[in-house]
Amino acid sequence: MDARVNDFVVKFANINGSGSASANGLFARSILRMGIPVAARNIFPSNIQGLPTWYEVRVTEAGWRGRRGGVDFAVAMNPQTWDKDVAEIDAGGYLFFDSTRPLPPSKFRADVTALGVPLTELCNAQYTDSRQRQLFKNIIYLGALSAFLDIDPGEIERLLAEQYRGKDALLEPNRRALALGRAHVLDRFECPLPLRVERRDRVGKRIFVDGNSAAALGAVYGGATVAAWYPITPSSSLAEGFAKWCRKLRTDAAAGKRRYAIVQAEDELASIGMVIGAAWNGARAFTATSGPGISLMQEFLGLAYFAEIPAVLFDVQRGSPSTGMPTRTQQADLVACAYASHGDTKHVLLFPEDPRECFELGALAFDVADRLQTPVFVMMDLDIGMQDWLIEPFTWDDSRRMDRGKVMSAAELEAGRDFGRYLDVDGDGIPYRTWPGTHPTRGSFFTRGTTKDRYARYTEEGTAYVDNVQRLLRKFDGARAWLPKPEVADADEPTDAGVIWFGSTGAAMAEALDELARQGVHLDRMRIRAFPFHDSVAEFVAAHRHVFVVEQNRDAQLRMLLVNECGIDPARIVSVLHYDGTPITERFITREIAEHAQLLGLGSGEGAAAGSRPPIRRAS
Amino acid sequence: MTYLAKPKLHHPALARNALGLTRRDYEGAISTLCAGCGHDSISAALIQACFELGIAPHRVAKLSGIGCSSKTPTYFLGNSHGFNSVHGRMPSVLTGAALANRDLIYIGVSGDGDSASIGLGQFAHALRRGVDMVYIVENNGVYGLTKGQFSATADKGSKSKRGAVNHDEPIDLVVLALALGASFVARSFSGDKAQLVPLLKAALCHKGAAFLDVVSPCVAFNNHPGSTKSYDYVREHNEAVNRLDFMPERDPIAVDLEPGSVRDVVLHDGGTLRLRKLDGDYDPSDRVRAMAYLEAHRAAGEVVTGLLYADPGARDLHEALETVAAPLNSLGDADLVPGSAALDAINASLR
Repeated sequence: MDARVNDFVVKFANINGSGSASANGLFARSILRMGIPVAARNIFPSNIQGLPTWYEVRVTEAGWRGRRGGVDFAVAMNPQTWDKDVAEIDAGGYLFFDSTRPLPPSKFRADVTALGVPLTELCNAQYTDSRQRQLFKNIIYLGALSAFLDIDPGEIERLLAEQYRGKDALLEPNRRALALGRAHVLDRFECPLPLRVERRDRVGKRIFVDGNSAAALGAVYGGATVAAWYPITPSSSLAEGFAKWCRKLRTDAAAGKRRYAIVQAEDELASIGMVIGAAWNGARAFTATSGPGISLMQEFLGLAYFAEIPAVLFDVQRGSPSTGMPTRTQQADLVACAYASHGDTKHVLLFPEDPRECFELGALAFDVADRLQTPVFVMMDLDIGMQDWLIEPFTWDDSRRMDRGKVMSAAELEAGRDFGRYLDVDGDGIPYRTWPGTHPTRGSFFTRGTTKDRYARYTEEGTAYVDNVQRLLRKFDGARAWLPKPEVADADEPTDAGVIWFGSTGAAMAEALDELARQGVHLDRMRIRAFPFHDSVAEFVAAHRHVFVVEQNRDAQLRMLLVNECGIDPARIVSVLHYDGTPITERFITREIAEHAQLLGLGSGEGAAAGSRPPIRRAS
Repeated sequence: MTYLAKPKLHHPALARNALGLTRRDYEGAISTLCAGCGHDSISAALIQACFELGIAPHRVAKLSGIGCSSKTPTYFLGNSHGFNSVHGRMPSVLTGAALANRDLIYIGVSGDGDSASIGLGQFAHALRRGVDMVYIVENNGVYGLTKGQFSATADKGSKSKRGAVNHDEPIDLVVLALALGASFVARSFSGDKAQLVPLLKAALCHKGAAFLDVVSPCVAFNNHPGSTKSYDYVREHNEAVNRLDFMPERDPIAVDLEPGSVRDVVLHDGGTLRLRKLDGDYDPSDRVRAMAYLEAHRAAGEVVTGLLYADPGARDLHEALETVAAPLNSLGDADLVPGSAALDAINASLR
């Protein structure tokens, strides 16, 4: 095949619990250290040991962040999934496998080059302990791959040295295993393959980090002091990440005391209850959860909305409904979060597209919640939350201060300022609040989920109820102007078609737009970053004859919100939906939009019949 | 009528406490509960206890769930913030509030439906975490607001107002609280103010999770013959193990262990519980024996009241979490936001 330098997909097929994650991570990082961008994704089961797991590394000098689709080099270490793994390789690709035991020719493909290395044999000759055999087998294949793909072994050694700093007893055998695999391949194969890496300087200052860690760091920088959570994949590492950052950044050096409190609650109901209690009492508080947790929090979310209590929820979305696909990704909680709870409720959603925005919007969410005195959802997903992404470094403006919103102080109360907890003083629908314990005789009030008047006095009067819920609506609507605005960009050529997306879809979107433009399909683009929608969202739809909305759920939930909240004619929107639990790929988006474009006559000047409703296309 | 303000006329001779406040300064809005409801007596006892202790009302936060009992925080301490939250979920909201500001006093008011049924899980976990609070269950054995259904604390064989017989085993929250690690456990009767007020004062001064089960008859739905939560039944079967005098002063008092007389327990803040023993065998520092005692007497149809267990050296949640002394809600940017230099170092570690 043709030489393909710095542009290919390697997919590792492993068995969960075999220690492969560490070796695979070293593989990706060593390529990054060579200055070549990668996009890496773990595809793992809901299991601790024994089930199949995959790790996909896209080496991409162009710096694409999404999945491309397809596999060029398979590392087939799991006999259970062999057939599927082999079938997935693109023609002209490579199959790396353990050749210790002979396999029948039927297990191979004529159009794929097989690269057999007797890993088990090499390993067993070197190590006697069974766990060592398992772990070092991974490092041996890493050494073998470094030879095939021309990865600088010095970079892997440096990474190992960093990983085992001060633990020479562990470092040495790792280095030996690496050298063993590498030497075996160099002696027996023509190296490197045409498919290989070549040192570049394309990574720069970028960092490699997962969204859950980034969001947790955002919570630290956002001033959160109370976190309450219940373990649930894929959000657990967000709460654990907060604990990790806080130990480092929020512990008093002298006394060892902590400027934070984290409670692993008994369930999600208690998690959100604690967040609401803490926020009511003036602390910045959050929880991290996933779809099933959001379901359990519904009643409390209505209380927080109605009693106007700031709360931040990180929803790391996964395959749903029910237990669904706990270790797969989706964007399927939009409607559940936007209108969470019984009665008339609406909530603010923020949509980070990558770990960098998990940090930024994660920190911002606390300001938004305090300003609006309402729950704010940071809508992540497994793909952003649990995968390492190559992103620009985090930045922070040291002049920035927490915006605690309208909190009336003891001095203001003492000066005789009128306090009505639900009184719209400024015409923006946002009332003042007081924190418990502020003033001996002024500013106390009773918080309740039942109806009340502007001075927080219990009432069941219909006029007072309507007055209150109308104010809640004004407050919510007012936020659309200052919440994070959509990112828009025009196509290179004039077009009457546009595309809208949000969140992790952006990773594959950028590349798909590039490819579509190459095929003559030009689309103006908009990435939505917050709900309620900025006015420019409806304007964007109105300005285009056809608008594609690309999202990762079955029921076109962003489309539902667009139609419902912006009064948009549903016929104007063509949904492109991917929801099999794997992250959406460039190839999928390109194919779907290109097919629609042909049907709609985009790019050819022939539009579809006016008023006809385009079909909603779904991934098969 | 909670929207009707109480007249603020003070009798000039009303007694004043250490803060110069009168008992009236600890009142809340007028109760909307039924005349004769045991819950109003508990509110009155709370007013009395806070007044006598000289607690600044605004330094108390009152939290509750849903139900008749959970309405009562409106009826005491009108200058305190209150939070009438979600059915059965007061404990989590209180836990969060307590994490945000360790300097306030937290009173959680709940009922038997709120804590023994829908909220049993949160009841359990708040106690086992040692949240620094006074958790009061106003226990009448029925759902009042929904008109008289049995609750999970109703005794097996007891009769509803309409004549139905309860066939389920009752949940004894006091025994559960002991098993779950509450560090102060008491039971009292809303009709026995002389017992209840000192117990509340002691609980308010206790550091850690203090639980009080207060049998509080429902005059509308559970005060008839055949009920085991009626005024008459509780008066007849009240088996007090001790009488408590609470002395907040810090003067050490000699311990007298002579059976049938007095026992002093020094609290965390230096206050003293003086227990006049009514049952010479009862030892409120022995958690395991307390549970056996309670079970045996319950089987005999008795309602054991008094201070049942106290561990004055208990730790609370803030100690376990090693939080700073300053309330978390008082920390500002300088305390919380690490800044760009720290972020640069983090960036460097992620390459």
